[in-house]
Amino acid sequence: MDNRYLRNFNILSNKEQKILNNSKVCIIGLGGLGGNIAEMLARIGIGNLVLVDGDIFETSNLNRQILCTEKLIGTSKSQACYNRIKKINSSIKIKKINEFFTKKNADLLLKDVNLVVDALDSIDDRFILQTQAEKFKIPIVSGAIAGTSGQVITIFPKDKGFNLVYGERKTKKIQGAEKHMGNLCFTACFIASIQVSETIKVLLNKKNILRNKLLIADLMTNFFEIVNLK
Amino acid sequence: MIKINLKLFVTLQKYLPEFSEKFKIPEKTRIGKLIKILGIPKNMVKIIFINGIQKKTDYILKNNDRVGIFPPVGGG
Repeated sequence: MDNRYLRNFNILSNKEQKILNNSKVCIIGLGGLGGNIAEMLARIGIGNLVLVDGDIFETSNLNRQILCTEKLIGTSKSQACYNRIKKINSSIKIKKINEFFTKKNADLLLKDVNLVVDALDSIDDRFILQTQAEKFKIPIVSGAIAGTSGQVITIFPKDKGFNLVYGERKTKKIQGAEKHMGNLCFTACFIASIQVSETIKVLLNKKNILRNKLLIADLMTNFFEIVNLK
Repeated sequence: MIKINLKLFVTLQKYLPEFSEKFKIPEKTRIGKLIKILGIPKNMVKIIFINGIQKKTDYILKNNDRVGIFPPVGGG
């Protein structure tokens, strides 16, 4: 076993480390959540990553997006993520998609993937992702943030998922509270960490998954609750 | 009157009343009515949870309920 994973033991077994090394995870959105998630999944040993984002870095990303540096303003987020991951572990197989997630490119992105991590920044796109993930029969680990609050849910095919979180999808766009509150770096790091632990638990078939449950956290008031969704 | 422990999140925090941890309301008040009393616009409410369980607006509040109201959150 590669020495780089020495400190993953004994929380992870040799067999589990191999499962992670052979897993393929797609991260949709490489901003505040996605950048942290990509870094952590690379370090823990996911062997195959699909990195999806059509955006470029702006100055306003510097407050929270770990991949964003002054030098990279105006350049591709997916390219920055690719470069970062390759520096951490050059053996990780990466499919870099410099496009925004849509219904049209879902086939390309989700094919042969074991799990998709939702790090999108639009509620409407999340419903599209749920439909497409259902089609490919893959679980979603979803995170969303606003201000100092955030939420995480893990959705398996056939689960009600976002319909429980955001209500039944209507034609009218649902605007998230983050438009008024902004997003802080520690909220992004925290929610990204929970998403990574959920991802690892799902891939390794472990217990205590946030299925039909929503973790709600507010870091300003130290409020943490797992809500049973009905 | 009964007392509830009320928590409002993100954009809803500005509607939080004084003494929110022991907020007094009449017996048999439904969540929908509470939202009205607090002046929260309906479209700003996405998840209502009582004692860790998601509930709908017709839920009748009980003494010492822990009530959380969460808006739609979608940032990434």
